[in-house]
Amino acid sequence: MTAILTVRGLDARIAGQQVVEGASFEVAEHGVTALLGRNGVGKSSTIKALLGLYERSGEVTFAGERIDRLMTHRIVQRGIAYVPEDREVFGGLTVEENLRLAERGGAPNRGIVAELFPELIERAKQQAGTLSGGQQQMVSLSRALMNDNRLLLVDEPTKGLAPLIVGTVTKALEAAAERTPMLLVEQNLQVVRALAHTVIVLSGGRVVHTGPAADFLDSDLVHRHLGVSTDEEAA
Amino acid sequence: MSTVLLLLITGIGLGALYFLVASGLSLIYGLMGVLNFAHGSFLTLAGFLGWEVGRRIGDGSWAGLLTGMLVGLVVGAVVAALTELIFIRPLYNRHIEQVLVTVGLGLASVALFEGIWGTDPIQIRLPEWLGGTTDVLGANIPNDRWLLIATAVVVLGLIVLFLQRTSYGLVIRAGVENRTMVTALGIDVRRAFTIVFAIGGAAAGLGGVLASVYYGQVGAHQGTSLLIYAFIVTVIGGLGSLTGAAIASVLVAVIQQFANFYLGGTGDLAIVLALAAVLLVRPTGLMGKVKH
Repeated sequence: MTAILTVRGLDARIAGQQVVEGASFEVAEHGVTALLGRNGVGKSSTIKALLGLYERSGEVTFAGERIDRLMTHRIVQRGIAYVPEDREVFGGLTVEENLRLAERGGAPNRGIVAELFPELIERAKQQAGTLSGGQQQMVSLSRALMNDNRLLLVDEPTKGLAPLIVGTVTKALEAAAERTPMLLVEQNLQVVRALAHTVIVLSGGRVVHTGPAADFLDSDLVHRHLGVSTDEEAA
Repeated sequence: MSTVLLLLITGIGLGALYFLVASGLSLIYGLMGVLNFAHGSFLTLAGFLGWEVGRRIGDGSWAGLLTGMLVGLVVGAVVAALTELIFIRPLYNRHIEQVLVTVGLGLASVALFEGIWGTDPIQIRLPEWLGGTTDVLGANIPNDRWLLIATAVVVLGLIVLFLQRTSYGLVIRAGVENRTMVTALGIDVRRAFTIVFAIGGAAAGLGGVLASVYYGQVGAHQGTSLLIYAFIVTVIGGLGSLTGAAIASVLVAVIQQFANFYLGGTGDLAIVLALAAVLLVRPTGLMGKVKH
């Protein structure tokens, strides 16, 4: 496997407290790598540490370049897009302004927004804060997908969404992953099964398992590391 | 009736002055999380330099005053931008240290101004019309209030236009909501910090010259005393909200005027009570929002 992102001994701290401890893993240059673990094990913190949003140490190499000492905006400018947990759209700005703010480089692909989420075009003048959770997630994904990225960091994109919207979001992520590699944090194992080819499992801030997604999801490791059975996943 | 009208319009005039100081404070805090205690220094320095240049152009003339206002605006913007670049930027994301630096600058600059211009306020000459009054329904409104109100309205309009129509305005509006997410979109938010400091400094600089018009004098402590009211306005309006700052400026000044007249000079007490009431009922201020 060729890696687009290599992480070695990543530590992250929030207010002095260690939330990620010596994490080492790789993200493949194609497809979706899922970052899994129970609640509170440091999945979102790992992503934020990669982006420099949390105080961190360790080696992070992206496309052959060390990025662990760069400021967040410099990391993103190198082609790493972030879709945060809880969407974090700018509620006081319109949908159009949210998208305009996210445009990087010369030729953002607005066409992809119309293609994946046509209702956002109709709601361009609407304040993002008045959108439903699903629509806000569409804005959040659009902000990332319309730029020419080399890696997507996507944090719990289906959290709190209605099943119908989960389907829409999963399809959008699938389409995005055909073009751009993705590190995906996701609790919904059906979504993981549909998208991921590799899983990295965290426990207590450390990586405890790495391997093919299908093998992991079909084994009792799911129960051991995530606290759910394969039957529960299917349900 | 004429007394009420007089108090109301003079209150709005004083509110205009508060707004010029508070608008920058509110934007700076909203975007950067920094309570800028050096803001009063921008105002004082601009007031002194505006007066120095203005009197050389024409002491007591409109040309002198308008030039002084222009100088105040430029001095406020430049000094504020330099303050951000030299003192605030190296302390990026270290909010306590940033606030302490602004406290130090505020204290040191007053001492510097006293060293240069003396400890006593200097009486200034103004165009004759500003010393007169205009009859509005029987109330004799001091003319300088019209200048204050007109300037504040223009400044408010220009800031709103900047925020709504420019790309940096968009970054600032987004940053006031969620600065972290702005950086996570690949935007160097530090540029917006400098711009917000410059805009706030320009408004405060203009306020510095107009404060000398309002009080008829310019002094080393002018900025410090106005800053206290501006902080109250900023908190009542909601930290980070320009609209809140505009509404609270007028509200605070009008309450102050009425309490001073009808309640035996208790204007300052009245606005502190108003501050406490707003904080109890609506801790984020009138227009403030909970930040991410």
